[in-house]
Amino acid sequence: MKAFKDAGHLFRLASVFLVGGVLFLALRGFLVPRSFGQYGHYRGNAIKETAALPISYAGHQVCESCHADILEVKSKGVHKRVACEACHGPLAKHADDPASIQPAKLDTAVLCVRCHEANLAKPKSFPQVVSAEHSGGAPCDTCHQPHSPAIVAVAGASQ
Amino acid sequence: MQIPVEGFMYPNEVELQWSVLIVLYPFLTGLVAGAFILASLERVFMVKAVKPTYRLALLTALAFLIVAPLPLQLHLGHPERSFEMYLTPHRSSAMAMFGFVYLWYLLAVLVVEIWLDYRRDIVVMSQGTTGWKRLVYRVLTLGSTNISEHALHIDERVGWLVTVIGIPSAFLLHGYVGFIFGSVKANPWWSSPLMPVVFLFSAMVSGIAIVMLLYMLMCRVRREPIDMDCVDTVAKYLFYTFIIDFSLEMLDLIHRIYEADESFRSLDFMVHTRLFLSQVVIQILLGTVLPILLIGLTQVVKLAATQRKRIYVAAGCLTMIGIFAMRWNVVIGGQLFSKSFLGYTTYKMGFATREGLLTAVVLTVLPFVILGVLVKLLPPWPEKKSALSSVAAAAYGAD
Repeated sequence: MKAFKDAGHLFRLASVFLVGGVLFLALRGFLVPRSFGQYGHYRGNAIKETAALPISYAGHQVCESCHADILEVKSKGVHKRVACEACHGPLAKHADDPASIQPAKLDTAVLCVRCHEANLAKPKSFPQVVSAEHSGGAPCDTCHQPHSPAIVAVAGASQ
Repeated sequence: MQIPVEGFMYPNEVELQWSVLIVLYPFLTGLVAGAFILASLERVFMVKAVKPTYRLALLTALAFLIVAPLPLQLHLGHPERSFEMYLTPHRSSAMAMFGFVYLWYLLAVLVVEIWLDYRRDIVVMSQGTTGWKRLVYRVLTLGSTNISEHALHIDERVGWLVTVIGIPSAFLLHGYVGFIFGSVKANPWWSSPLMPVVFLFSAMVSGIAIVMLLYMLMCRVRREPIDMDCVDTVAKYLFYTFIIDFSLEMLDLIHRIYEADESFRSLDFMVHTRLFLSQVVIQILLGTVLPILLIGLTQVVKLAATQRKRIYVAAGCLTMIGIFAMRWNVVIGGQLFSKSFLGYTTYKMGFATREGLLTAVVLTVLPFVILGVLVKLLPPWPEKKSALSSVAAAAYGAD
């Protein structure tokens, strides 16, 4: 009995850990969502919630069903594999109601350099320019047609 | 801010993701593990000469362990989410499981050992102080004032057991930090099974050095003579550990040079250019070879106590710089080269930013502030005989 009496403080320490452990478990029961672990290491309800979110992107097939003329130009240029909404932004609402919702006009001086500003980290074969030297801040579509950006020399035009 | 890049870098490699705070994190954790292992020398391995540093080493370990996760918290975009790793632990993530290693070491080892070792003093001080201090000590007693000889004997035995469990725990704590880096197979600068062992021994080196420096500093502040037998023994262990650490690092280096895999030319160029100052000059020459030679000198030449003290202080400070440089070269060096092995980027450290230099300095100073508070609250040196021993006698009598 004396050994128990003299080890009383250790039982008190163990009680502190026990209370801490019980509090943690209670907190865990309160904080961890019920659907956690339903399908994997995440909140099961997140799937339904994400699925319920409004769709923002229409997809290039939807764009092409109306803008066949643009598709014609684009399919012949180097941007043929760039999805429409990569530059124009999410346009599902426009696709649903083309008459009243119009996409914003793009500023090519800002848009094009996101990909084409010179950077040593980019492969040398990737077209890139130092925009300040190349165009002096002028919009890229002054010379380039964004859907097919190569500048084709017009027969008879002076160089 | 344009980051200077040389050669070819993939876009996601240009800016470093792990900053100076991630350098600080293994540095602080290493000090914890090293200080604890020094403490265990006295408790488990019966090296009685280092007894004056025993309690100081434990308090140092606690002060640094409290601060150790802060650099990680500041690095996180959403620090509040880090608690999720306790609520919904992900067993396949080494980083997530580290939270449990940290908690185990903090609560089951360090706090328990300090409490058991200080329990007698806490009880005595809870009866010999007034005001808020009394309240703090009374809470720390957990309501038990039993400091009978038998109760203290039980504390001693349980404390010994905790230290025995604590040694592999300290190895686990810092070996784990090395493991996190060593297991990144995509990074040839890090990916090495030697990494946990190198981290562990460098941790022991830095922990022993900081406790040695702090002990000498505290003796000076308290105007008390330095126990030279103690400092000589600590320096001897620092020397041995340093030799093992240096050998392991050289083994890793020689292995890399001889193996010369596809990453070698790129890494070799980096060591000779961007990392030359921090790795070759600061880490290897100033931070490793020079302190080993300095302490080695005290082992082979009979020097006066004053000279030995000066050498220990110089070697200790150089060791701290060297170990910090080692962490820097691992963390920052591992992000400076491209996975293509064709280019190098630059680390631009901010100043007064969330992960900048100022934050790193504050986080380096913070453990010393915490240690100051701990030392004030739980003095690590023997009590003054007169006042407290009479209170202890009264407390013993009360039970």
